Amino acid sequence: MSEQENATLIEVKGLYKLFGSDAQKHMPLVHEGLSKDEILAKTGHTLGLKDINLTIKRGDISVIMGLSGSGKSTLIRHFNRLIDPTEGQILVDGTDVMTLNPNELEKFRRHKMSMVFQRFGLLPHRTVLENASYGLTVQGVSRKEAEDRAVEWLETVGLAGYEKQYPSQLSGGQQQRVGLARALATNAEILLMDEAFSALDPLIRSEMQDQLIELQEKLHKTIIFITHDLDEALHLGNRIAILKDGELVQDDKPEEILLNPATDYVEAFVRDVNRARALTVETVMQPQICRIAADTISEALKQMRKTDGDYGYHVNDDGYQGIVSQEALEEAVRKDNGDDALCEKIYEDVPIVAPDAVLEDILPETINADYPVPVVDEEGEIQGELSREAIAEVLSPEQVTEPQTAKAPPV
Amino acid sequence: MADTSWLTDFPQMERAGLVQIRKTLDGAYRSFSREYGDAIEGFFDPLLVFLIWFEKLLLATPWPIIVLVIGGIVYSASRSAKLLVGVIISLLLIGYFGMWDNTMRTLSIITVCTILSIFIGIPIGIAMARSDRIQSVVTPILDIMQTMPAFVYLIPVVMLLGIGKIPGVIAVVIYAIPPVIRLTNLGIRLVDKEVLEAATSFGASKSQRLFQVQLPLAMPTIMAGINQTIMMALAMVVVASMIGVKGLGQPVLKSITNQYFTLGLFNGLAIVALAIIFDRVSQAYAKRSQKHLKGAH
Repeated sequence: MSEQENATLIEVKGLYKLFGSDAQKHMPLVHEGLSKDEILAKTGHTLGLKDINLTIKRGDISVIMGLSGSGKSTLIRHFNRLIDPTEGQILVDGTDVMTLNPNELEKFRRHKMSMVFQRFGLLPHRTVLENASYGLTVQGVSRKEAEDRAVEWLETVGLAGYEKQYPSQLSGGQQQRVGLARALATNAEILLMDEAFSALDPLIRSEMQDQLIELQEKLHKTIIFITHDLDEALHLGNRIAILKDGELVQDDKPEEILLNPATDYVEAFVRDVNRARALTVETVMQPQICRIAADTISEALKQMRKTDGDYGYHVNDDGYQGIVSQEALEEAVRKDNGDDALCEKIYEDVPIVAPDAVLEDILPETINADYPVPVVDEEGEIQGELSREAIAEVLSPEQVTEPQTAKAPPV
Repeated sequence: MADTSWLTDFPQMERAGLVQIRKTLDGAYRSFSREYGDAIEGFFDPLLVFLIWFEKLLLATPWPIIVLVIGGIVYSASRSAKLLVGVIISLLLIGYFGMWDNTMRTLSIITVCTILSIFIGIPIGIAMARSDRIQSVVTPILDIMQTMPAFVYLIPVVMLLGIGKIPGVIAVVIYAIPPVIRLTNLGIRLVDKEVLEAATSFGASKSQRLFQVQLPLAMPTIMAGINQTIMMALAMVVVASMIGVKGLGQPVLKSITNQYFTLGLFNGLAIVALAIIFDRVSQAYAKRSQKHLKGAH
C-alpha cells in the first residue's frame, strides 16, 4: 500500500482544548499565542491541545507520541468524543463528530471505533468471555452470537481456554489481550490504542507489538496508537506524530523523524533510539549503481571500464543475476577458455538483501561482504546497493547532530 | 453607673416574641396536620397493611419453620456452617428465654425498614453521584438527619400520624438511611475512571453504564452502607418503642422505668444477637459476591 493510494479517514482541523470551568471565555488568550504556563497563571485553565491539524489515512498505523503531559491521551479521546474540544473540527469519514447528537454518538462509538486502554479497563466482575463480548452486547447482538464471536477473537489473540476466568486471575499481558479481543470483536474500522502496551513488561510488550503487526496484516484496520516510547512508535507506525506541550511538533514517516528531526525536541528524542532496528534498507541504500546489461564477458568488461567502480551488478530481462568484479572479468578474458558467456561461475559471492529488511537483521552479512550488497525487491529487480560505509554513517549518532547545529550536543 | 447589663446578660428577644413564634409555628403545623393528616395516613396505609401482614406471618408461623427459613437464608448467603450453627443456637436461646414473639416483631420491623431504606436510599445515592449540585444539597440534610436527636423529629411525626407502627418506621428510616445514601454516592464516585471510559467508548448508554459498570463496581461499598443501615435501625428499636412500636424495645423501656435489670439485659442481648446475625450474614454475602476481585496472583 503506497501512501498516495490511501484515502484520508480522519481529519482533525484546528483543534484546541482548554481545560477549566470557563474555557470559551479564555480562548482569545490562547489565540494571542500565550504559552501554557502563562495561561495557567492568568486564568487557572490548562491548555491541553493547541491548534492540532492532523490527517489519518485508512489502513495506516498512525502513532501519536509524546511524553506525559504532552496531550496525547487528550487527543485520542477527542476522536470518539470522550473529551469534547473547546474549538476545532474532527471529521471521521466525512462526518463531523461534533454534530452528532447523543444517540448518534452512541451508535458511532458502537460501530465505528473501538478502544484499548493503558490499564486495560476490563470489568472486574465479569469473566474474560463476558468482557470480550462486551462491545457486542452493548451493540445489542444476542448473547449467544456475541459469545461465539468473542470466543473466536479470544482464540486469535491466544487466550483460548481462559473464557471462564476473571480478569484478576490473568497476568497483565493476558488482560491486555482480552482488551484487544474486546476491541476487535466489534468489527469497528478504527482502533484507538491509548498507551496500550505501556503497562506491560518489555518482553511481553514486544510480543504484543509483533502480534499487533501480524493482526494488522490480516485485518487492515486503521489504528491510532498512543505511546511515549519512540522505539515502539518506530516499530509499529507507518506515520508518527510527535506532540509537545499540546502542540504538534512533527508529523512524518518514521524514517523522516529519525533522519530529519524538525526541532531540537524531536532530535533529543531520537538520539537514543536503536537506529539499526528502526531503519530499513530502503532508506539507507544508494540507488545509483553500476548496472551491467551484457551477455558476454568481453561486453561486460567494456561496460565496466566506462565507470569509475571496479564492480558491477549484472542484470538482464529476468532481473538481477549476480555481482561481477572488474578483476574477475579481466582474468576471464586473459584465460579465454572459449566460453565467453557471462554466467554464474564468474559472480562474486555476495548475499542479497530485501529493501524492506530492517538494518539490524542484515547487519552481519553486509559487513562481512567484500562488495556493497545488492538490494533486490520481490520481483527480482535490483533497487540499489548497500555499502558498509553507508551503514556506518547512518548508525553513528553524530551524523544527526552535525548538519543541524554547531552547538555542543546536550548531555 | 452606665448600663452594662447587655454584657453579662445576653441581649435576648422579648419573651412575648418568642412565645409568638412558638405559637405561630405550632398552630400552623397543627392546622396542617388537621388538614392533611388523614391524607398522609392514607398514603402510608399500604405500608401499614404490609407491616401488619408481615408481623402476623412471622408470629403465626410455627417457630421450627422460622428457624429453618432463617437458617436457609444464612447458609445460602454465607455458605458457612459455623455461622449457621451460631445463628440457630442464638435463635433457640432467644425462644427459650421467652422472647420469641418480641424478637419476631422486631425482626419484622427491622426488615421492612431496611428494605425501605435500600429502595429509597440507593436511588438518592445514585442521583448524588451523578450531580455535584444534588450532592451539595443532600449532604447537609443527611448531616442533620444523623445528628438531630431522634426525639425531636418524633414530635412532628407523632403529631401527624399519632403513635403506632408507621411513625416508628418513619423514625427508624430517617435515622438509618444516611449510611446507605452516603456510601452509594461514594461507591459510584470511586468507580475506576478507565473502566467507565471503556464502557463509554464502546457506546454504552447511561443506563448501561449504571447497571453494568457503576453499580456492580460500587457494590462492596454499597453493601457496607446497607450493613451500617441495618445496625442503625436496630439501635433505634428502643427509641421507636416509645411511640408504640412493639418488640424487644418495649421490655427494655419497661426495665428502665421499673429498674428490672435482668429483663433489660436479656432483651438487650436479644437485640445484640439479631444485630450480629444481620451483620455477619450481610458481610459474608458481600464478601462472597466479590470473590472474583481477589486475583490468583
